[in-house]
Amino acid sequence: MSESKQEWPLWEVFIRSRQGLGHKHAGSLHAADAQMAMQNARDVYTRRQEGVSIWVVPAEAITASSPDDKDVLFDPANDKVYRHPTFYKLPDEVNNM
Amino acid sequence: MKIARMSPVEMNLEARFDAYVAEEKKIEPKDWMPDAYRKTLIRQISQHAHSEIVGMLPEGNWISRAPSLKRKAILLAKVQDEAGHGLYLYSAAETLGVTRDQMLQDLHAGKAKYSSIFNYPTLTWADMGAVGWLVDGAAIMNQVPLCKCSYGPYARAMVRVCKEESFHQRQGFQVMLNLAQGTPEQKAMAQDALNRWWWPSLMMFGPSDADSPHSAQSMKWNIKRFSNDELRQRFVDMTVPQAELLGLTLPDPDLKWNEARGHYDFGAINWDEFYNVIKGNGPCNKERLGARVKAYNDGAWVRDAANAYATKEATRQKNANASTHAA
Ligand SMILES: [Fe+2]
Ligand SMILES: [Fe+2]
Repeated sequence: MSESKQEWPLWEVFIRSRQGLGHKHAGSLHAADAQMAMQNARDVYTRRQEGVSIWVVPAEAITASSPDDKDVLFDPANDKVYRHPTFYKLPDEVNNM
Repeated sequence: MKIARMSPVEMNLEARFDAYVAEEKKIEPKDWMPDAYRKTLIRQISQHAHSEIVGMLPEGNWISRAPSLKRKAILLAKVQDEAGHGLYLYSAAETLGVTRDQMLQDLHAGKAKYSSIFNYPTLTWADMGAVGWLVDGAAIMNQVPLCKCSYGPYARAMVRVCKEESFHQRQGFQVMLNLAQGTPEQKAMAQDALNRWWWPSLMMFGPSDADSPHSAQSMKWNIKRFSNDELRQRFVDMTVPQAELLGLTLPDPDLKWNEARGHYDFGAINWDEFYNVIKGNGPCNKERLGARVKAYNDGAWVRDAANAYATKEATRQKNANASTHAA
């Protein structure tokens, strides 16, 4: 018998902890296919009713921003204070607007 | 020698990293980090993962021998949790660039360490009580500060682990309590287990600060928060009244309250034994590692079959899609 020596692919696991909340990253695991990833996610990340819904995503399908792009991506919002309600000074009578 | 090899840019990065960590900020997988920080974390997290997995063995031994269905279900749940802890931690280590296969190979080749406590045998049912109470208790003492560790994935894994550990310690204490309140034979069994597990549990905190090679740097990097001796003292102070409640005696004639220090004094730890077990000469080192290697080898055909099935299914799917589009 030939041994493949091939590691099962990595999957990222996202869990909705209860109805009304979004799925949140819980961790990762290895599985040969999506069905096994789902079963493993259930056993590894929801042994105590931590979730009502699970997403499993092949890790290699995720495109992530790079820490080097942090300035380019997020700094431009830094000087746009007028996007926040506190930027606007209104008369006391209407300041709870 | 390390510094000499670093370029000015790297030195600048390292200074920024140190300042950033000192402000209690978190490092995430793709962030720049010093090589030594990465290596330290890979070593520590993989050792930690191995400890969880090897730690399943001494208790797994008792699942089929538990005295009642309830105890069997509890022990099964606890051992399954330890498997989960191992898996959270392997995943956290993988974010640093090491593969799962590499970590397992290092364990199986005897290159990677795991907690030496799991090289002691579990001889009676009372050991399930002593292990939960003392070994999981000491682990909690070590692990709670790691929830605030500077490396994000490790800290998050530890939060999950710590939430689950509390039941482990409580069920162990309850096993001890039931035995201690039982027949004289049962109480003697509990005392015997305590006698055998007490000192190895104290060793779980690692060598004294003076002999702990990585401690200072790990403290600076916010990987470690308290010294080994500090945590060990806390554990002793916490455990003494618990043993009193059980009506059992901690096997240390030097153990006594020190009013001036506000802590319990305790006897000298046999560090020769500790280093000897780490070197591979503990009562169960060969058995534990042998069991892990056997499980891995016996499972090879399952891993291969699952891979082959996944490949076949993916090909079938692709062909089906192709023919649909062609039609
Ligand atoms: Fe654990
Ligand atoms: Fe545990």
